[in-house]
Amino acid sequence: MSVRPADFPPPFDWHDFVAEPTDPPDERIDVGVLVVGGGPAGLSAAIRLGQLLEEHPDVRDQLGDVPVAVVEKARAPGAHLLSGVVINPRGFRELFPGMHTEEMPFRAPVVREGVYFLTPKRHLRVPAPPTMWNHNHYVASLSEAGRWLAERAEEVGVTLVPETSARTLLVSGGRVVGVRTGDRGRGKGGEELPKFEPGSDIRARVTILAEGTQGHLAGVASERFALASRPQVYALGVKEVWEVPKPLNRVIHTMGWPLRSGKRHREFGGSFIYPLGDDQIAIGMVVGLDYTDATLSVHDLLQELKTHPFVRGILAGGTRVAWGAKTIPEGGFQALPDRFSFPGGMIVGDSAGFVNVPALKGVHYAMKSGLLAAEAAFDAVSPGETSWAPGALEPYDEALRASYVWSDLKRVRNMRPAFKHGFYRGALLAGLSLNTLGKLPPGTMELERDAEVPVTVGDRAKAYPIPDGELVFDKLSSVYLSGNKTRDDAPSHIRVDTKVRRELAEAWAHMCPAQVYEVAGEASPAGNVVDVEVTASNCVQCGAITAKGGRLTPPEGGDGPEYTQM
Amino acid sequence: MKVAVCVKEVPEASARARIDPGTLRLDRSGTAALNPFDAQALEEALRIKERTGDGEVVALMMAPPRAADSLRKALAIGADRAVHVVDDALAGSDLVATARALARALEREEADLVLLGQQGGDSDGAVLWSALADVLRLPVVSQAASLELEDGKVTVKRQTEYGYDVIEAPLPAVVAVSDAINEPRYPSLKGIMGAKKKPFETLGVGDLGLAVEEVGEAGSRTQVLALADPPSRGESVRIEDDGSAAEKIVDYLADRKLL
Amino acid sequence: MATLVFLEDHEGELVKGSLGVLSKAAQLGDEVAAVVAGSGVEELGAQAGRYGAAKVFVAEDPVLGAPLPQPRVDVLAKVIADGGFDTVLFGASVLSADVAAGLAARLGAGLNWDLVDLELRDGQLVGKRPALQDSVFVDVGWTGKPRLALVRSGTFEPVESGGEAEVEKVAVELEDFSTKAVMVERAHAESEGPSIEDAEVIVAGGRGLGEPDKFALLEELAKALGGAVAATRAVVDAGWYPYATQVGQTGKTVAPKLYLACGISGAIQHKVGMQASGTIVAINKDPNAPIFEYADVGVVGDLHEIVPKLTELVRERRG
Repeated sequence: MSVRPADFPPPFDWHDFVAEPTDPPDERIDVGVLVVGGGPAGLSAAIRLGQLLEEHPDVRDQLGDVPVAVVEKARAPGAHLLSGVVINPRGFRELFPGMHTEEMPFRAPVVREGVYFLTPKRHLRVPAPPTMWNHNHYVASLSEAGRWLAERAEEVGVTLVPETSARTLLVSGGRVVGVRTGDRGRGKGGEELPKFEPGSDIRARVTILAEGTQGHLAGVASERFALASRPQVYALGVKEVWEVPKPLNRVIHTMGWPLRSGKRHREFGGSFIYPLGDDQIAIGMVVGLDYTDATLSVHDLLQELKTHPFVRGILAGGTRVAWGAKTIPEGGFQALPDRFSFPGGMIVGDSAGFVNVPALKGVHYAMKSGLLAAEAAFDAVSPGETSWAPGALEPYDEALRASYVWSDLKRVRNMRPAFKHGFYRGALLAGLSLNTLGKLPPGTMELERDAEVPVTVGDRAKAYPIPDGELVFDKLSSVYLSGNKTRDDAPSHIRVDTKVRRELAEAWAHMCPAQVYEVAGEASPAGNVVDVEVTASNCVQCGAITAKGGRLTPPEGGDGPEYTQM
Repeated sequence: MKVAVCVKEVPEASARARIDPGTLRLDRSGTAALNPFDAQALEEALRIKERTGDGEVVALMMAPPRAADSLRKALAIGADRAVHVVDDALAGSDLVATARALARALEREEADLVLLGQQGGDSDGAVLWSALADVLRLPVVSQAASLELEDGKVTVKRQTEYGYDVIEAPLPAVVAVSDAINEPRYPSLKGIMGAKKKPFETLGVGDLGLAVEEVGEAGSRTQVLALADPPSRGESVRIEDDGSAAEKIVDYLADRKLL
Repeated sequence: MATLVFLEDHEGELVKGSLGVLSKAAQLGDEVAAVVAGSGVEELGAQAGRYGAAKVFVAEDPVLGAPLPQPRVDVLAKVIADGGFDTVLFGASVLSADVAAGLAARLGAGLNWDLVDLELRDGQLVGKRPALQDSVFVDVGWTGKPRLALVRSGTFEPVESGGEAEVEKVAVELEDFSTKAVMVERAHAESEGPSIEDAEVIVAGGRGLGEPDKFALLEELAKALGGAVAATRAVVDAGWYPYATQVGQTGKTVAPKLYLACGISGAIQHKVGMQASGTIVAINKDPNAPIFEYADVGVVGDLHEIVPKLTELVRERRG
């Protein structure tokens, strides 16, 4: 029996996250431009603004004591950042003209690369599609790059505010005037504990939403201002960092095993294995969340991948030192919002979906969008504290459409959707699209929301390897390694229907890399409604649940993983 | 009323903190945070200031440069001033060398009360307060589960293995708080954003008038020799219960005098 | 090696932890001396001989009646200076830890604490201590003398080796600042069982118990063994047992002599809170539970049947 996750919607109403400002002037915080999210997009916006304000002190002076502020929900910048990653340095070069590549926070240049098709025992080298050529690109750790960008931001006068989540969009007179931060110190039932600290209103003249994948306020703003008419789809990536004795000499991508190629499975994705400098490698498995087998677990597929002779050889003698998980917006061009700006604000980075899936690139688009948003914000505030001009931020939309972000994504728009036709047919269609630079197949293939895809309990789980604590690891020890610090007695930040069909509960239990969801009580027959037990304190905020029928909201500031090398 | 709080930074335990096999020192390249036990001492200091209605809370820390962020966190939480004792010459300081350096910084402050947290996360400096009090020649009370100030003296409920003692000491005094004393507050948003404006002083060995032989490795009398394997747990016994498991357990325990 | 062992006294008896350290010192060789400081403690000095002390210094003074550290630092500093001791050992406690640290500062000496072993290697004293939440161990040593060592509570067992000690009374000279802290009220023995941090035996329960009422089984067993009851995060979250008893990454770290884990799967979040326990006995229905990877005794079975039987047998054996 199959079940559609969308049939069990979460108890979430975006109206709860939009409000008028309420703090009196002596309690609220006033800033010039507020950036929500300290990732590559947000920090690039902040840095560009800082640079512009240094060049134009007159504009800076009328922005008050805190001209640019970045609120970040993690304990420190970088702690919630995770990606493969091979970075196209273009974003860094535009943000820091004149900076030498050696000064940039990269681990190693891409010297060689290989794409492999895996079968259960063998690996076959296949020609790398041009979209995946990584010449002149660099392998990096995104959390490290995030920390580096945060330091650069502080150098140009940006105020970083970590451990602070942005919970509510403040809207007054039809435009966004800032955000209200989340409370800290509530108990499980929402009661105020002795150390309760209420959230505060942060008022800003421009608010830039840079919350990454499944951005909370970006989603709220999208509803409030009707920004998006088409769905976004997501993939879940689970990644580990290993210390290995034998250095890896190439950037590797794989397709095929352990994913199944049949159309009915809809298992789109692959793995990456990147050298992170002499003794470390990054290895991850990325799978689209529109799969149909409820027992599919990306974490376990990663563990299974590691048992392949080719991969085992790469990891031989090594030790796992880090683990993490995060979703990636995969819809590309046809999943982009219709508009990226709204009265008082803009959306940048992964929150807008600027990811080139065939090239596996998103960081430089995030940085470019941040840079463009900063310039639009600067122009909007330069005239001074005049009443808000309607459409003042629309130049951001125009700039985006004129940029390589737009043209790149448009060119590869049909590659990912092609794969809903199964691996081989999809590859053919994708190849066609590639060779015609996107002109064929004509039109734009549609996407289906992940939660609309029915799931059925299959038998994928049977092949998962048993954890041995050396090569193969269970979810709980992995959550531990992520440095997850989420208060045990905090209220759950996950909105999900907790009485659902058994198949869906099982799907969530397998899907979640952090073992947040468990089917409560004894097993019951198919088709029955069961209780779902949610251990929110395990959550590493990857966002998968939002794609598959639930809704993640930001937990208390400071909670969540502490990625250092991701 | 001036309260000085000695704080330190500790590595996040789960984030693969490790002892560097080369230097045999704690590898601090992972994430680190303000020691939660010191956050409790800071909380107590802030409550004292709120109760007395005036006064100053100074946070002091002896640590490498990169730990400055944790000291700034103390400012975000509510300390009025921060003093960072930092110098290459201080690296490798043991308990007594650390106490000497901090004592000099504290003498400059002339605080009425010096507070410390119960222990470091990795039991580093677990008994710093006692050493500090001896160098400062001040009374010391540890394991304070509660603390009251009145008429120039501090009254402490000290938590020991046997229950609670009540101890009084005249100010100035050194008090180490136990983890039962309070639940630390979160920094407010205003606090986080205002931290940068608060006074932050950096002091080196020269500023404190310390001789190089008094601190660092030169001033230390203990050393880490080697990383050792944990003592092996020995053979483990597996029992499938057939009704006799309880007896087998009792026999095992009796053999090892664990009953 | 000229060793001096600090013997702590409590309500008329020498504390077991101190005596254990004394026995170990005697075993390490050479003549060992001990020091007792208190009020009305002259008789205790003689007892020290039974556990290996060749000589005992007794500091007798009403001021020393209260278990406060600073006067004891004064006493020890003098005994060490007069007697030329190069090694001073303490069995860790709230009091002795404060004494040891104050003494280290007074003498400018090295103090290694939280030691779980002591040995002589090529004539050098080497201590072993855990680090990083008991996940690794380090060998530690001293440069210069005297060498001060704080041994983790309960590490060494007192061993009676017979023998008599020569008792020497010492004059008590105290610094001004040492007597500023005064004890106004003295703690008396707790009527309830030990807290989980002080307990030598812990019986812990997890989700395998099935329901909160089943903690009664564990309480019975704990009582029979003279230990405390602890709980995992999952059951504390569910409200089955108080947070003060939670063992694990977000709870307390304990290292009792005996840890009985009942119905606990033993994921790493729990393991890091008890991995240094002397002996770990695990009872769980699931043969694949992670706890069996590190338990000394792994029992695959139904705790609801095993635990009551165990309680009965323990009561019988302990008599």
